[in-house]
Amino acid sequence: MIKFSKQQLKIPQMSKDVYLVTGGMSKFDRAIPEKRTEELVIDAFLEAAEFIKKTPEELKEYIHSCYYGHFADHFGSQLLGESVIHDRLGLDPLGNVGIKTGGATGGSTIWEAYKAVASGYSDTVLAMGWERMDEVPTDEGNNYIASAADKDWETPLGHIYTGYYAVMAQKYWQVFGKQEASFRRTLAEIAVKNKGYARMNPHAQSPMKITVEDVLNSPIVADPLRALDCCLMSVGASCVILADKKTAYELTDNPLLIYTSAGTHTLRVADRRDMDIPLLPNETADQYKDLGKRFPGGDRYPGFTGFLAARMAAYYAYGMAGIVDPMEDLDLVELHDAFTISDIQTYEDIGIRPYGEGRKYVESGECYHTNPLTGKPGKLPANLSGGLIGNMHAVGATGIMQVVEIGQHIWGRWAEMHADEAKWKRFNRTKPDDWTDLQVVGAKRALAISHAGVGSHVTATVLVHPDHQLERKS
Amino acid sequence: MTVENRGTVKVENGRYRVSGNFSYGYPNSPIRDESGKLVGITNPADITHIHTYGGEAPFFESLSKQKLLGTKCANPKCETYGSVYIPYRIHCPDCLMRCEEIDLTELARKGATVHTFMITERTGAFNTLKKPIRFVNVEFDGVSTILMGYLSVGEPKMGMKVVPIFQAKNPTYTILDLSWVPMGTDAADLPEGFSF
Repeated sequence: MIKFSKQQLKIPQMSKDVYLVTGGMSKFDRAIPEKRTEELVIDAFLEAAEFIKKTPEELKEYIHSCYYGHFADHFGSQLLGESVIHDRLGLDPLGNVGIKTGGATGGSTIWEAYKAVASGYSDTVLAMGWERMDEVPTDEGNNYIASAADKDWETPLGHIYTGYYAVMAQKYWQVFGKQEASFRRTLAEIAVKNKGYARMNPHAQSPMKITVEDVLNSPIVADPLRALDCCLMSVGASCVILADKKTAYELTDNPLLIYTSAGTHTLRVADRRDMDIPLLPNETADQYKDLGKRFPGGDRYPGFTGFLAARMAAYYAYGMAGIVDPMEDLDLVELHDAFTISDIQTYEDIGIRPYGEGRKYVESGECYHTNPLTGKPGKLPANLSGGLIGNMHAVGATGIMQVVEIGQHIWGRWAEMHADEAKWKRFNRTKPDDWTDLQVVGAKRALAISHAGVGSHVTATVLVHPDHQLERKS
Repeated sequence: MTVENRGTVKVENGRYRVSGNFSYGYPNSPIRDESGKLVGITNPADITHIHTYGGEAPFFESLSKQKLLGTKCANPKCETYGSVYIPYRIHCPDCLMRCEEIDLTELARKGATVHTFMITERTGAFNTLKKPIRFVNVEFDGVSTILMGYLSVGEPKMGMKVVPIFQAKNPTYTILDLSWVPMGTDAADLPEGFSF
């Protein structure tokens, strides 16, 4: 499908408003030999209950159906792992379903949970995601991940997913980055930022105080990407509770409005056909007329440089939440920084900056909590959790972790959830002496992007404080 | 432990007939921490899967015959009638009618263009390609898709012209039987078992 019909471009209109009530997370790490997956899931659930001052029993009384995000059954050689988790959470005999969309599994889990409430099927639902990537050696893990590429046409080529991604990175690097050293440094800045923010997060797997030079000197994974440009492989769990308005206000005084949408594109990048750029509300067709002239080789869309799935997810979500310009209408974002370069690609796909100009979001300093150029708050801070590069990528949990994080900012409770000495101690981690409060002051609206592989699935979740709703455009 | 009499499969009367060994169990071993406390166990397994190429089988068979097949939408009523696909698509993605097979070998021999590439030293378990692997994604005139493959001679560059080579000797009947080399490469420089 390379042309869209009117029906396909319809902005979703849900039957009921849906609210985020609470959320929680476990510790994230490369390996957690001392805990079974269900123990991590229970850690996340307990944090969510505690956040709204409920006992687990009290919270469970409200849950009517459950949505479980877990991507890679084969890592743990346990099919129907969702059923194990459901039993250990004591949620039988409620309906549950497992959701798998690669790296976007967490976001897709929220998408399904959201629709269950919006439709009226359930008043309150649990969306829980987890992943366990520590039960095979790394090269076997790489083979497993590569089996999410096309089994016959791609996987035999090296059994290495990074390779299928890196051809896109290389194209972006040469066409839009023009192989400039300054662009390579901008990429490195993203890793420095995200590893640095991870230092303030007790849940985070890879907190690091590093410099651009450290990134540029780290081992090459696939040129131009180096080890410190890449996301983590993690173990952990995260969850959210969604509810309709009436129930949400029974459970808490200040639930947040939530809107979730999804887009897709071909599993094999090879199958992408040429098409016109679908426009977001803050763009015009004219602005892309000379894209191929400004960036020779950049005229094929989405080619190997854009993620159509992300663009479509943003198109639907912005329409649902009334967002016209993400820079103006949002206060923070959590993006799927699988690689520094794909982070930049996403800025363009979701309209933070036009195609070809993603790097300027970083270079302007506006993606930081505090803009390093002006010393003032960044206009749209990104990945204050540390993202996939600094915090975690426990696949099924990732998209849910992002929503918990942005929710804590809008609730004004980020510091409470990240400064707690007891939590640092419980996770056997040392809180840094220069720990900094990254709360985005006055956050009202935020976005999370959950993304699979080379762009096969992407979801967009927008959280809005109910006092700060935007008008939905017709 | 070595695996003897590794399983093989054939199809007779529309059914799989298997012979030999497909699954091997091995003893578990305990995982302990520094203090000697039990943490878990290993679960060794050796499994052979059975997999059909279905309607794509002609593509994989043709590689061993030095032919590169693609498909084309042959439904004149389809909005994208005449679009050519490689990777080979059995059905047109728009009208879902069965595509017509077309031989792209001569078109490819005139030179395909490298759209993008990457070089990696890293691989996953079970990789059989020589490292570093040079991935190339190649475009052909008049084809709507961009095929992924690997370069066997020289260094890749965007825009370079490459031609296909095929493992006709001892083929694996996988996508690895197709590789690419810069246009003008001498036959003597091709990897063992490959020919133009």
